[in-house]
Amino acid sequence: MLAYAVKRIGLGLLILVLVMVAMYAAVFLVPGDPATVALGPRATPELKRLLIERMGLDQPVWWQIVEFFRNALTGNLGYDVWSNRPVSTLVLQALPNTLILGLTALAVALLIGVPLGCLSVMRRGTAADAVIGVLSVGVIAVPSFVVAIYSLLLFAVTLRWLPAIGAGEAGDFISQAKALVMPAAAIALGWIGYIARMVRASMMEVMGEPHIRTARSFGLPEWKIVSKYALRIAIIPTISLVAVGLGSILSSAVFVEAVFARPGIGKLITDAVNTRNYPVVMGTVLIMTAIYVSITIAADLLIARLDPRVRDVFRG
Amino acid sequence: MSGSLVASDLSVRYQTPHGSVYALRHVDIEAHPGEVIGIVGESGCGKSTLVTALANLLPANAHIDGSIRYDGVDLAKLDAHRQRLLRGDEIALVSQDPMTAFNPVLTIGDQLVDFQHHRNDLGRAQKRARIAAMLDRVGIADAERRMRSYPHELSGGMRQRVAIAAALLTDPGLLIADEPTTALDVTMEAQIIHLLRELRREYNGIIIVVSHHLGVIAELCDRVYVMYAGEVVEGGEVDAIFHDARHPYTQALLACDPARFHERLDRLPTIPGSLPSLTQPPPGCVYAPRCNRAFAPCSTIAPPLVTLSASHVARCHAVTR
Repeated sequence: MLAYAVKRIGLGLLILVLVMVAMYAAVFLVPGDPATVALGPRATPELKRLLIERMGLDQPVWWQIVEFFRNALTGNLGYDVWSNRPVSTLVLQALPNTLILGLTALAVALLIGVPLGCLSVMRRGTAADAVIGVLSVGVIAVPSFVVAIYSLLLFAVTLRWLPAIGAGEAGDFISQAKALVMPAAAIALGWIGYIARMVRASMMEVMGEPHIRTARSFGLPEWKIVSKYALRIAIIPTISLVAVGLGSILSSAVFVEAVFARPGIGKLITDAVNTRNYPVVMGTVLIMTAIYVSITIAADLLIARLDPRVRDVFRG
Repeated sequence: MSGSLVASDLSVRYQTPHGSVYALRHVDIEAHPGEVIGIVGESGCGKSTLVTALANLLPANAHIDGSIRYDGVDLAKLDAHRQRLLRGDEIALVSQDPMTAFNPVLTIGDQLVDFQHHRNDLGRAQKRARIAAMLDRVGIADAERRMRSYPHELSGGMRQRVAIAAALLTDPGLLIADEPTTALDVTMEAQIIHLLRELRREYNGIIIVVSHHLGVIAELCDRVYVMYAGEVVEGGEVDAIFHDARHPYTQALLACDPARFHERLDRLPTIPGSLPSLTQPPPGCVYAPRCNRAFAPCSTIAPPLVTLSASHVARCHAVTR
């Protein structure tokens, strides 16, 4: 298990390096002079040269990458070319908001989606199963920015129950929670349907296995068979799905943060790309990739924890 | 509680998109406490449907007619909840394939504790102590460690022992072993038969053993029912069936048993023909198309169950001729 964890972490680090190399390659290959785009056509050559130097773009690409990682190892992700603030500070300020948003959305989706999937299996073939099925497909089909805009209209503009923009007053828990409701719901809604479908599909398969018949032959109640004997196995594909889907949750956070003008990583990246603020783009991408890779590793380790057969494969 | 089991005129049909499948027709069997009953027949003869019906585990598309009286109660008429309360308490099933019978992600101990859920009088520690004692009794060394094992860490033979231990833990009045040795190799099979023989000395409920293996039935059972195409075609004491079989199907089945040939044969004997369709069962005797003694009424009139001696019955026109 430990050897497996070390191997996965090593692979994760390699992925980080590859992603950053790809990012630098993208900057190198993008047509047009970044300084001209950022400063406008009437900027003086001195000013352009200054900006190019500040972003380190006058160096060979491989040297930029080496420098980036050497600095990153000491915790220095470079400086915002406009405000001159350290990128690490910017990311650390924006990160909690995005993580709270993403994790809340995920938790809501799991807490509602998994029981809905189980209920569907317990009531298979009935009206309840059909209703859950249709609703699931329906909410999967609706993009999160559509949910964001309509909920904004309904709950913020018409009903005035929830704030339309921002992340709430600092230090005021109630106001922060209120500001979280709509963005989190916008992201979670589709995932509820996704998870319910996934849990139902894999559980239907598990329910046909002989060990479920064994559990039935000992007269175990249906809810126990579903929630313990079947779910432990059926949840495994869902965990993989959620781990991979976290990437898409974070990218829907970019849209949702834009709609609700909510400070966060998504807003940070969008603004940085628009102003060709390369150090900020690079630093933020590095952190996001690191988070994504860690979550994937954590999910794999959790699966190994849940399924003793997988555990033994890694031990052997 | 340990009462008698009497199935009378038991029929089961499955509703499928291609029409009804008459898996079991007019079956009469009985079993009394202390008896070991064998049910033998080739694949598709309805053995599994019969034990599934006895264990109240038929799928939702199955329709059941007739009665299964256990200790005076008709199991077929009980609602789903009452049926569930009997399963794992009065009725226990040792299922066919020990490799897949247990949940792969829960430990043996964890599952066996759950299987004793009807015993509200026992705490978790007491249940674990009972498991350890029972695993020891079915011949599993190092029971404490085995309880912490996952099913895939045990061999097939060991898993079948655990399955038998699980069934015995519930103190059932009716223990059904569905092909208990089919998935095992010959050495393991001998060991499991030995174990079952030992258990029957201390056990005073009913044991029903299903097998297509005549040797297993001969070694374990007091009485045996021979099934063919959803019907019981012959039933009686093991000695009577094996030495004085009267139904042509039983005779043919015995003639095909490889264990009876001491010399090497170029070709094993078989019964020519194949099973009749269970969607449209023939009007007469189900075995008539393959029977070498069939005569005029066999293909049109269903034969009655003929009593040959106190316990020996056969469903055949030819036995009375």
